[in-house]
Amino acid sequence: MNASVAPISAVNDFVIKFANVNGTGSASANNLFAKALFRMGLPVSPKNIFPSNIQGLPTWYEVRVSEKGYLGRRGGVDIMLSVNPQSMADDIREVEPGGYFIYDNTKALDLRLHRADITFIGIPLTAICNEQYKDPRQRQLFKNVIYVGALAALLDMDFKVLSGLVSDQFKGKEKLILPNIAALELGHQYAKEHFNCPISIRVETRDAVGDSILLDGNTALGLGAVYGGATVAAWYPITPSTSVVDAFDKYAKRMRINAGTGEHNYAIVQAEDELAAIGMVIGASWNGARAFTATSGPGISLMSEFLGLAYFAEIPTVLIDVQRAGPSTGMPTRTQQSDVLSAAYASHGDTKQVLLFPSSPAECFEFAADCFDLAERLQTPIILMTDLDLGMNDNMSPPLKWDDNRAYDRGKVLSEEDLDAMERFGRYLDVDGDAICYRTYPGTHPTKGAFFTRGTSRDEYAIYTEKGEEYEKNMLRLMRKWETIKEYVPEPILVPASQPTDLGVIFYGTSESSTLEALDYLADEGVNIDGMRVRSFPFNDDVEAFIEQHDRVFVVEQNRDAQLRTLLMAEFEFGPDKLKSVLCFDGTPISARNIRKQIKQQLPGSNVTPFQRRFRRAQGGAA
Amino acid sequence: MSYQIPKFRHPELPKNQLGYTKADYEGSISTLCAGCGHDSISGAIIKAVHELSIEPHKIAKLSGIGCSSKSPTYFLGKSHGFNSVHGRMPSVVTGAAMANRDLLYLGVSGDGDTASIGLGQYGHVARRNLNMVYIVMNNGCYGLTKGQDSATADEGSVSKKGEANPFSAIDLPAIALQIGATFVARSFSGDKEQLVPLIKAAISHRGFALIDVVSPCVTFNNTPGSTKSYDYTREHMEATGTVDFVPMHEEITTKYDPGKTRDVTMHDGSVIRLKKVDDSFDPFDRLSAITALEKSRESGQILTGLLYMDKHSRDLHEALQTSRTPLNQMSEHELCPGSKVLEQINQSLR
Repeated sequence: MNASVAPISAVNDFVIKFANVNGTGSASANNLFAKALFRMGLPVSPKNIFPSNIQGLPTWYEVRVSEKGYLGRRGGVDIMLSVNPQSMADDIREVEPGGYFIYDNTKALDLRLHRADITFIGIPLTAICNEQYKDPRQRQLFKNVIYVGALAALLDMDFKVLSGLVSDQFKGKEKLILPNIAALELGHQYAKEHFNCPISIRVETRDAVGDSILLDGNTALGLGAVYGGATVAAWYPITPSTSVVDAFDKYAKRMRINAGTGEHNYAIVQAEDELAAIGMVIGASWNGARAFTATSGPGISLMSEFLGLAYFAEIPTVLIDVQRAGPSTGMPTRTQQSDVLSAAYASHGDTKQVLLFPSSPAECFEFAADCFDLAERLQTPIILMTDLDLGMNDNMSPPLKWDDNRAYDRGKVLSEEDLDAMERFGRYLDVDGDAICYRTYPGTHPTKGAFFTRGTSRDEYAIYTEKGEEYEKNMLRLMRKWETIKEYVPEPILVPASQPTDLGVIFYGTSESSTLEALDYLADEGVNIDGMRVRSFPFNDDVEAFIEQHDRVFVVEQNRDAQLRTLLMAEFEFGPDKLKSVLCFDGTPISARNIRKQIKQQLPGSNVTPFQRRFRRAQGGAA
Repeated sequence: MSYQIPKFRHPELPKNQLGYTKADYEGSISTLCAGCGHDSISGAIIKAVHELSIEPHKIAKLSGIGCSSKSPTYFLGKSHGFNSVHGRMPSVVTGAAMANRDLLYLGVSGDGDTASIGLGQYGHVARRNLNMVYIVMNNGCYGLTKGQDSATADEGSVSKKGEANPFSAIDLPAIALQIGATFVARSFSGDKEQLVPLIKAAISHRGFALIDVVSPCVTFNNTPGSTKSYDYTREHMEATGTVDFVPMHEEITTKYDPGKTRDVTMHDGSVIRLKKVDDSFDPFDRLSAITALEKSRESGQILTGLLYMDKHSRDLHEALQTSRTPLNQMSEHELCPGSKVLEQINQSLR
């Protein structure tokens, strides 16, 4: 252990990254490490960085530990734990000066990779395993557990928490508990004997997580759909949304099967493609069930035609979009927020779709359940826009909450008695003046309430017509309904600066934590910025007011084309100069350092040209 | 535009067991071309459901896009209808049927809607054995876009455009059989005697029931060189046998020659009496049906009648074990696990 730069000294505030080979069982060991820190009362944000591959390619697991509760990506790596020779050269380069590189030194390090400004810690993981275990699979699996044990010593983790966690995780498979704890001890002992433990980066038990939970967004969505009363799920497998329906399936099996009869109070249909998946959701919702599907970008494209039908025929539709890096297959296992525009205006003709942007598992759960109320109340598609970062990573989150007095809002649906009491039912009559009409389920009444649902234009009584004025009247009503929708969708959340300021920043979804952290850094440097987290489209009037109240508003997003900024300009007619983009689209979650840098470059008086314009200039185009 | 049929009806129109006359099952006036085969099929549907005494509002009629898919406006005006998107009716019916298993789902499609843009969904709804009646109004051409050949047009068939179709035809019943459909029939819009009992049997069948109905397009494909014209179909029709349908609540009174007839009790208790013309054909044997279809194709005949039925069909609801109570009738009491369970889940995530 020696380094030319003083080792980073940190307690409960660092980034550690694991470099593994996928398919080797590293995920559960890495998860064990992160969860143990969480149980020690420390805020953690583990992130999987994985290839679109089943076995053999490099995969990383980055864990940020932050006593202050910063959960976004910080940028930079203080400790690299490397067990993958394939990526070792890059992994060594990535370590911050003063950081640590912990590696399997069974095979000697290539001296050309040596860096004087970091500390190398070699543990003969393969040698230990080969000596200890005969079965090749065990050698592989326990290698991961052994390095977690070593980390426990190096970082001064509470070993009892780790072993307790192992006991919890293998409940029901008790045979596995002791061998795993033994492997942890093996690593722990090796580190204690060979190194000065702890190193200069270490942890201490705190009480900084309160009643938080550690959960991935997709699981929260699947559970939210169970609580929200979804009975029909239709879907087609696509990364990174697959685990949403997997979670729905898991919890429905547990909570929705009648113990006596074995009957299921739900139906899951794996469709032949995304077109069929959304068709099934529309059919089920039309017939009065709460139905949903989950997909990612390519699925949104395929579903577009049907989304136009659902918008125009006014059929409640719940769609979850777990965004990934596109276009096309793009980087299917990397995160982005790049479906915003294609979802907001999904389909041909004049369409506008309702979008919700959750930013934590608790909000995923809440919005998933709310989606069904909103879809049925507003009779239109509701698209829940999350992304791979939130969906597939464990995120620290407030606990999930449910009010037992809550009744589902089934919207304006007429019963047999309602129909008996009325003269003539008009499916598209705006009876209440809110532009939301009454609907009926098939089979309600022997003689009244039946109507023909179609994508073709029709009058207020659902009778087919091609009269221009009837079509126009209907399209204008849909525009008025858009105004009503604003009263129902989640309002934006304001994060005021500590001092009055002309600067504002708008962000949404998974950009939240990094943006808030960047705002703290900037405030420390004397730059105060008011923040607003947008949670839905249509934008509530508060969003317009926020932009008006500030001279310059940064818009943070994880896509290339500044898609939300485009939406803001289209809906509010603000000039492009007022809205400055802060973008990240390399497929990794946006980091606080990145946001701080991009905002500083675009502060008033700064002469740095925004990225989009700089790019056009570089290409020789007009600025 | 839709035009309503005048309300006045003869007071002595025959009533079914529920007291409904045939007029209660009619829709708006058809805007299809005069003489269109589709209107005859609509008439056969009306006759079948009237005679079966099904409450009109317990039927949901769904379609895709095209002339055929417009036709649900012209029958069952007291039923909910859904004219969905092109080729996607099967998925919409699948969702609808998952939501409420107690309704009768009548899907209406055409040869373009089913054999071209919708071939994928057609195959998968058959494979899942969704409990529905799927009627294809098959005229071998695209009517609304003015007469292009469709994928069911026979090779060499000449439509009004005057060019012989160079491609081989997709045989929808053959595909359905191959893919696992549990009830497969073919008929002709001009043969109500055959079509009405087939529709009734299809309704009584639990599972996916296909009836491919040759339905000539009088405007674009009723030419002398067309193999989907009225004349050609009449001349080349060959039936597997006859089908009589006896509803559950009626007694079988007519006597048949026992050597040539076979009674089959359907899932709902109704009986279909099949009279065979050829002893080598067995409608309960899939292989026999596939062979018969191939033979008729070789000889240029149009094989009609009941081609195949699986008496032990298990529909999608059975496969998924969905509850007897329709899913759309469940409230938060049945569906929501509540806050205590959620607190346990929270605890497991700490």
